[in-house]
Amino acid sequence: MNLFQTFKLAIKSIVGNKLRSFLTMLGMIIGVTSVITLIGLMNGVTNYVLSTFSDMGTNMLTVSVTNTDTRFVKVDDVYDFVKKYSNVFEGVSPSVVSNYTLKYGTNSMSTTVTGVGEDYADLNDFKLSSGRFIDYADIKNRYKGCVIGTYIVDELFDGIARVGDTIRINGEVYTVIGIKEEEADSEENSADDCVYIPYSSAVRMAGTAISSYSFAAVSDDKVDTCKTLLDNYLYNIMKDEDLYKISTMAELLEKVTEMTNMMGSILGGIAGISLLVAGIGIMNIMLVSVVERTKEIGIRKSLGAKRKDILLQFVIEAATISILGGTIGIILGWAATTNIGNAFGLDAYPTVNSILLAFGVSAGIGVGFGFMPANKAAKLNPIDALRTE
Amino acid sequence: MNEPLINLIDIYKIYRMGSTEVRANDGISLKIYPGEFVAIVGKSGSGKSTIMNIIGALDVPTEGQYILNGEDVSTLKGDELAEIRNKTIGFIFQQYNLLARQTLLENVELPLLYAGVSRRKRKELAMAALDRVGIKDKYKNFPNQLSGGQQQRGSIARALVGNPSLILADEPTGALDSKTSREVLDFLQQLNEEGNTIVLITHDHSIAEEANRVVSLKDGKVDFDGGVEEYRRNRT
Repeated sequence: MNLFQTFKLAIKSIVGNKLRSFLTMLGMIIGVTSVITLIGLMNGVTNYVLSTFSDMGTNMLTVSVTNTDTRFVKVDDVYDFVKKYSNVFEGVSPSVVSNYTLKYGTNSMSTTVTGVGEDYADLNDFKLSSGRFIDYADIKNRYKGCVIGTYIVDELFDGIARVGDTIRINGEVYTVIGIKEEEADSEENSADDCVYIPYSSAVRMAGTAISSYSFAAVSDDKVDTCKTLLDNYLYNIMKDEDLYKISTMAELLEKVTEMTNMMGSILGGIAGISLLVAGIGIMNIMLVSVVERTKEIGIRKSLGAKRKDILLQFVIEAATISILGGTIGIILGWAATTNIGNAFGLDAYPTVNSILLAFGVSAGIGVGFGFMPANKAAKLNPIDALRTE
Repeated sequence: MNEPLINLIDIYKIYRMGSTEVRANDGISLKIYPGEFVAIVGKSGSGKSTIMNIIGALDVPTEGQYILNGEDVSTLKGDELAEIRNKTIGFIFQQYNLLARQTLLENVELPLLYAGVSRRKRKELAMAALDRVGIKDKYKNFPNQLSGGQQQRGSIARALVGNPSLILADEPTGALDSKTSREVLDFLQQLNEEGNTIVLITHDHSIAEEANRVVSLKDGKVDFDGGVEEYRRNRT
């Protein structure tokens, strides 16, 4: 008896017991669907997080310094340092971050105002839709000019803002010199919720020294070199590792990836348990099936069926049920992943690995859990089997 | 006559039930030659089922030798016995034992399937066997759509399809009414006249008398072995 005939026999038996076959398959379907969906969605989340972080610039390094009376970092020295190592550093911008109240006419709002250097726009790759960015003269003159994002335009100006308009920041009058191009649908706390002013003006308004710098490396693979250089430079000035901190976007990215991968493994593992339960369900049904079909096994054996014929018949039947369930699960999992992904605005799709894993596991479970009942059937004594009713 | 088809030499089958020993076959010797029609008759507990299982290669004796078609079957294991059953023996059972989920044709094809015969050849041989028992037109039906007589004909077709050396019938008329019983017995006699060797197992003396030779068992031993005329005389 060849494989094809055994397979046909299995299909016949499955179709002959539609409800039972379906219920047995259901465990497999749910297990495979959940494995594929969870892994696919987790992957979508990871990609989303990664792309968000990459947008913020993976070649960026942030330094925060705690200046003391005797040891402090001077802005001009930092610029000189960057110029000296221009083979690895693309540029630097101080950043002075404070929260202020903004007013325009009768409108007012509170948001983060960042004091930056003239290279800030280039380092962060953003463009202006009108006007100009802060330049060197603005910084030297402590000019009260600002560049605003589109969220500010919507909220403060009710949608229409022009270069030359004036607003009050913390009570001081600032002129809008540029408007940043929309980047993130003008949402609150997004890249469009921003106000940039010359860092010199910001220092004066906040009354503190510059405590933070953004450096850009010429490329992602120079980030580590930059970090070492900065570390040496800052240690020479501060003489104390606790007074400064260097963090890179790449390190952060690595941490986030590690975390999402771990989450994915945990969720996949939980879903995997349902596959195991499905396998036990299949074994259970096959055991019942063997008892029910003892007479059939006896007849087949009396007509010349060998052990392996009977074994194969039951193993293939179990494998067919579970592969069928697995295939339906893959299709449902695919649909669920893309639909749920869409609903959350994620670019989620089932990974090839998760599909192969799900298919392999379902086939493996079918064969593995089908083997014990099949072996029981194959070992039946034909005389005893024939005698049962 | 030449070599015997079945040669049972001093067969013992002993079951142990706790401390007691049951001798189902207690030294049976029997030769059956090609072309014979032999009835093995006995009451329940006489050992006729046990000897049928041994003759049918479903079981092996505890002691003794069984030579079937020149081959010693008494020491074979499961799969080797399956091969012997498949190639040498055609079974006819009391309850027909057709598989309910398969059509008549598929049922008749079963022994050929396990023998590894090609699909086209299987169908050809199975249809010929069904034609021989006169229910060729029912080949697409399932067993539950057939009468008892038709089902028994189907099982006879299945026994014939592999062209076995021996046809072993276990109470073939046990579940049939007298008219259909008559038909089946006539058919067995016809098969015997065509040259088939038939061994019929029954508890019923009148059925046994349809054969040409009768072997009567009692308490696991051969009680009588001779022509049907002599058997009839002995009983009355």
